[in-house]
Amino acid sequence: MKRLLLALLVILSGCGGESSLIVGTASSMTEAADDLATAFGEASIELSVAGSQVLVAQVREGAPLDVILTADETTAADLSRLGVLVSEPIVFAWNRLAIAVAPGNPQAITGLSDLADPDLIIVLAAPEVPAGRYTAQMLETAGVTVSAASLEPSVRSVLAKIQLGEADAGIVYRTDVNRGGVSGVEIADDVNPVTEYFAAALKTSSDPAMATAFVAFLTTSAAQDILAGLGFSQ
Amino acid sequence: MTRVMPRRLAVLAGIGLALLLVPLVGLLVRVPWTGLGGDIAGSGDAVRVSAVVSVLATAVAVGLGIPLAWLLARGSFRGQSLLRATVLLPIVLPAVVSGVALLASLGRTGPIGGLLDDLFGITLPFTTAGAVIAASFVALPFVTLVAEAGFRGVSRDLEEVAATLGAGPWRRFRRIALPQAVPALAAGVVLGWARALGEFGATVTFAGNLSGRTQTLPLAIFFELERDPEAAFSLSLILVAVSLLVLTAARRTWSR
Repeated sequence: MKRLLLALLVILSGCGGESSLIVGTASSMTEAADDLATAFGEASIELSVAGSQVLVAQVREGAPLDVILTADETTAADLSRLGVLVSEPIVFAWNRLAIAVAPGNPQAITGLSDLADPDLIIVLAAPEVPAGRYTAQMLETAGVTVSAASLEPSVRSVLAKIQLGEADAGIVYRTDVNRGGVSGVEIADDVNPVTEYFAAALKTSSDPAMATAFVAFLTTSAAQDILAGLGFSQ
Repeated sequence: MTRVMPRRLAVLAGIGLALLLVPLVGLLVRVPWTGLGGDIAGSGDAVRVSAVVSVLATAVAVGLGIPLAWLLARGSFRGQSLLRATVLLPIVLPAVVSGVALLASLGRTGPIGGLLDDLFGITLPFTTAGAVIAASFVALPFVTLVAEAGFRGVSRDLEEVAATLGAGPWRRFRRIALPQAVPALAAGVVLGWARALGEFGATVTFAGNLSGRTQTLPLAIFFELERDPEAAFSLSLILVAVSLLVLTAARRTWSR
């Protein structure tokens, strides 16, 4: 029994040696964060993926994250207010919104104003999540009223509803429509907000120096090239 | 006085009770009692949707669960245990899997859902009817399970006597078996209703989230947690209180 517990402890405490970080990642950043973690190379990095607002709630309740990547200023400000950050969050990536439609765009949607059609089934991200906040703000600027069939808990579930053919259109990040199962329709730049991703190291990190180093890495040209390659740009 | 409870069992039972009670106590501590009324008033739509969806889902689950239970209790056929396992499956399936399965079959692109859409122009996802189906799917096994146990407890002698007096199978079911199984059926109704009321994963996956249409109390709690955690605590308290009240009241009814 004792030996078993000892073995468990060794496994749980990691394999020792190399430093390891847990990076809380906004879900729209999942694939990019994977590539960034590999490119960093100085520590083994595990991603804990969730909606930005869920990440903030996790940090509030004491989740053992080292670095956090959130998808908008509201969640970054929430983190700041919690007083758990090594320093203020920095912006390291940008994105825009796009309309996601079924492959081939069968409903011939050409822009935001088409989404006002009450015969279309439109799903949006809920205003509680960053993508939903940006969407609401954009629709207001554009003066388009959309009667959504559902306000989904994450931008990825908006995407899923379109991939599954349950919804005719939805608003997601531009980086999301480069994926399988959907086509993207561009939104004019004058109404389309530039969205910002924030990064910060947490004071409670097991290795604050390494966490800070990872955050600093995100603004290097190596990291920026990866992000640009995946479509994260203004 | 002799102790009935061995000490080591008592300790484990105590830990078990703590595991169940500690989260509830935590909830009570965090509930903003002064803002409770406002939080509840602000969620009128979710309360209404939950009431409608849970009651309709219970009606569906009872209407279909009782015949299923009768089949399982009285039938004797090949594949009966497989059928029972299938009926009980939603109890152990993660709710999100139930939601995915409902989408795959009853969604616009699913075999049944596609047919409904083509023939009648009916789409279930993102509608209150969809939320009712999701809740029925998870409530049905509870009603069936408890009703089957009830039917098994019904004396067959009475039914046989009734049969010799010329009562047909429908009359025997309705006049002999059903009245005797009432306490169990009541328990099944309550359990099924409680499960339907608490449904989250299948609903959000299959029916989506829209205030006044598919946003039930559990969905409202999930989204409030991200906007106004205190309101989420208030709404959680309502669900706990209502469920506790109904389970206690029902227990009293069927143990009588």
